[in-house]
Order: sequence, then C-alpha cells, then structure tokens
Amino acid sequence: MSTVSPTLLEARAIAKHFGGVKALTDVSLSIRRGEIYGLIGPNGAGKTTFFNVLTGLYHPDGGELHFDGEKLQASAPHKAAQRGIARTFQNIRLFGNMTAIENVMVGRHVRTRAGVFGAILHDPFTKREEAAIHRRAEELLHYVGIDHRANDLAKHLSYGDQRRLEIARALATEPKLLALDEPAAGMNGTETEELRVLIEGIRADGITVLLIEHDVKLVMGLCDRVAVLDYGVKICEDIPAVVQKDPKVIEAYLGGSVA
Amino acid sequence: MDIFIQQIINGLVLGSIYALVALGYTMVYGIMGLINFAHGEVVMIGAMVALSVVKALAASGLPVFAVILIALAAAALVCMAIGFSVERIAYRPLRRAHKLAPLITAIGISIILQHTAMLVWGRNYHAFPPILPASAHEIFGATITSLQVAIVLIAGLMMAGLMVLINHTRFGRAMRATSENPQIAQLMGVDINKIISATFVIGSALAAVAGLMVSANYSIAHYYMGFMLGLKAFTAAVLGGIGNIAGAVLGGILLGLIEALGAGYIGDLTGGFLGSHYQDIFAFFVLIGVLIFRPSGLIGERVSERA
Repeated sequence: MSTVSPTLLEARAIAKHFGGVKALTDVSLSIRRGEIYGLIGPNGAGKTTFFNVLTGLYHPDGGELHFDGEKLQASAPHKAAQRGIARTFQNIRLFGNMTAIENVMVGRHVRTRAGVFGAILHDPFTKREEAAIHRRAEELLHYVGIDHRANDLAKHLSYGDQRRLEIARALATEPKLLALDEPAAGMNGTETEELRVLIEGIRADGITVLLIEHDVKLVMGLCDRVAVLDYGVKICEDIPAVVQKDPKVIEAYLGGSVA
Repeated sequence: MDIFIQQIINGLVLGSIYALVALGYTMVYGIMGLINFAHGEVVMIGAMVALSVVKALAASGLPVFAVILIALAAAALVCMAIGFSVERIAYRPLRRAHKLAPLITAIGISIILQHTAMLVWGRNYHAFPPILPASAHEIFGATITSLQVAIVLIAGLMMAGLMVLINHTRFGRAMRATSENPQIAQLMGVDINKIISATFVIGSALAAVAGLMVSANYSIAHYYMGFMLGLKAFTAAVLGGIGNIAGAVLGGILLGLIEALGAGYIGDLTGGFLGSHYQDIFAFFVLIGVLIFRPSGLIGERVSERA
C-alpha cells in the first residue's frame, strides 16, 4: 500500500504584490488532510489575496503551491477546480440569473463531460449524465438545507440562503479542499451555529476545510489549527488556544504595543 | 384586408431570418460584451457559398432537397470555420483590452470579409437558380410560398433547439454561467475559451442558415448584402434586449413585422410621397427609438446589470 502524504496543501513562500503594495510576503503554510484550518488576520492582511492565488484567480509573484502531491499550476482557475479546490466568496458571487439548482448544476461541470455534440445528439450517455447532475444537485441543496428554494433565481434568495447555496455549489465540484471566505459574515447567532454544524459535517465527510473568518468564537471553536496573517506576513501558526495568547497576534489585532 | 395579412406573412418570414442573425449578435454580446459587427458578413458568406453550391449542382440531376442540404452543409461549415477563426485570431488576443479595441477590430474584420467575398465572387449580383418549386398557397386571401413556409418552420425549429441547448444542457449552463461571470464559471471547471469558441461556431451556423434563406427568398445574393442585413439584425437584438436570447427572437420577429407593415402602408400614409423602397428607414427609426426610450430593450435586463 502506498502511503498518502498527510499534507494536502503546501504553500511555499507565496508572494503577491500590487504595484508597491506587498499583499503577501513569503507566506508558507501547510494544511493537513481532514483538518479545519483557520486563516485569520486584520482587514487587509492578505487573506482573500491568498485565496485568490490558491484558486488561480491571481498569478503569484513568487513561490509555489503543492496540492495533493503535485504542483498546482498558477493562474488556471479551471485546473484548480479539476484538482479539487473549491471556494466561496466573502461577497457572495452566485450566478444570480440562474436558479438555485442550476447554480449547483454548474458546479458539477468540472466532474462531467457532455459537450455541445452530446447536447445536440441527446444520446443515452448525455441523458444519464444530465439526470445524475440533477440528482446530485438536489442532494446538495438538501444537504445545505435549501431544497425548497431549488427553482428560485439565486438573486431572489435570502442572504443566509445565498451563503448556503454558494457552499452547495462549491461542494458540487467534489473538492478535496473547501476554502470558505468569511462564511459567517452578516449572519446572526442562530445562523452561525447552523453554519458551524454544516462545516463540521463537511469535514466529517472527508473534506479538508480552509476557513477565513472574523468571528473569533467560530474560528476558535471549529479550527484544528490557525494561521494569522498581518500585512501579508504570516506571524503565527498553531492550535487556537496558543494563537489566542500569542503577543504578536494580540498586537496585530489591537494595534500598537500592549503594555 | 389581404394586404394586411400578406404583409404579416412577409414580416414573419423576414423576421425569422432577422431573428436567426440577431441570435448570433446577442449570444456573443451576452458572453463577452462584444458587438461582433462582422456577423452580418458571415451571413453574406453563408449566402454566397450556398448559392455557389446550388449553382454548381443545379444541373447535376440530384433531387432539389439534396442540393439544398449539401449547400446548407457547405455554407455552415465555411461559416463555422470563419466564426471560429475570427474569434481565435482577432478577438481572443484583445479579451483584456479596452472595449473599443475589439469593436474596431470587428469593423475591420467586417471589411476584410466583405472584400474577400468581392474578390471571390465579384461585384455582380448573383441570381439564385430557380430550382425551388414555386408552389404558392392561399390563406385568408394572401399567398405564401412553400419556401416561405419552410423558412419560418426551419427558423422556428432552430430557435427552439437553441433554447433547449441553452436552458437545459450542461453546455448551456456553462454558457450562461460564463456570460454572468466568467471568473466564477472557471472556478466551476468551465473552460471559458471553449465556451466562447463554441458560441461563435453556433452563431455562425445560424448565420449560414439565415444566409441560405435570404438568398433563396430574394433569389439574389451580393457581396454587400451582409452590411444592411447585419445592421438590421443588430437592431433586432437591441430591440429585444441585447444579450438576451429570447429577446433576439422577439426583436427579430417584431422588426420583420414592423418593416413589412411599414413598407406595405408607407405609400398610403404619406399620400404616395414615400414608396415601399423606403422600408429600410423603419429599422433605424426602431433602433433610435429603442436607444432613446428603452436602451435595455423589450426584455433585456442583463444590459442594465452590466452597465
């Protein structure tokens, strides 16, 4: 039996600047299979920039990413999806003019094959595949708890439901790593608790979770390990209990020195 | 009464053709925000190729149906190849450029295609060989030829097929996703280059069919015919709401009806001062009117969202 490396994602000295602004400076971190890994830091610390590099939306100016044992091609979003990286967005980015279930069905794109010719010929393979896409999308909507909104346009869903839909769409790509960018933003206590249960469930299904979040309680309660970014530099990485007490982290959050 | 019915029939035939061409404009606009002004020329080339094939095979003894089918296949193949190449060579390198650059490129491509056609087929008008059965049917005191019936039916079938393709297939979902947000579509594993290529190829195939229809319906084709036809189909797309598939169909049919009725009654309305050869002005009245009063078109909302 071959041994699978315990590391799912390894970022080596990732750098990204915009003009003179260094958004990320030599950020290295490794995420283990099956863990919930938190990425926190003050606003503008570079968390979302890291997500954008990870999912191929930005081309890094330095460093490389290794995912699931192989190097990840830079700035190729559809390849990242193929390799098993999915994400949600801080500011929800659904296909607003498509229905909820269609949004999830688009997420199945990367794991399915039928092309234009299949669509025109409507052969048995295409029909079966289309039925399977539809079935899986229904399951996922049910999983995140919005199956009753399946045929509503995504833009007509409530804010909380849109967040759930975005997670369902990301799960549809069958990710190994699910990157969630502030999933609890704008949620009330009940919704946040439901979200926590959902993320636990996703991890229990064997998906590694990378979480950007400002809700400290949620991060500390959920994450196995946490990395802290400040001005594009990783200043700390450890289990939540240790991170919380790290003087550098406290300084970054409170600003200036704490006497 | 029968002139009214007659003009409705003419309008439907004309409108079906406009709709097929308008779909090409609207699909490309929907997916990459580009007004592909070369699209009209693709229709022209479809018409020229189809007509040449029909001419060559007219005396071959093949059944009319087979001749038309071969002509259609040839026109579609040539047009699809042109659509694919134009996107690949002219538009793809400009994907990240300012919007004006691809627009001007489109006008340049249009001129290139037009003049290439002029070199190949010359400056003369080409008559469509009279191989089609000239059977006419009477309805409500107006006449409709078998060809006109065929045009409306085939256009209707193609549009219905396109609707199914776009609304109920994996490819169609990827296309709509790309048109809403290409970056996010990529994160779902959609290769947007493939989707954009396919969009051009499908639009060009529709253009080829429209080209054959125009040349058969008016029994004539000419290297310059794509210009006016393209402008009118563009008008139809804007009327329906550019970027909106159903809007292109609605806009095309409406514009056909407006033109036909306008041409039919303009003489009466102006006391004989203007004749039916002024029919072209209606399309442009419509274009100006839409742009002033309802720039998002009849059922367009994507445009306003994009702006």
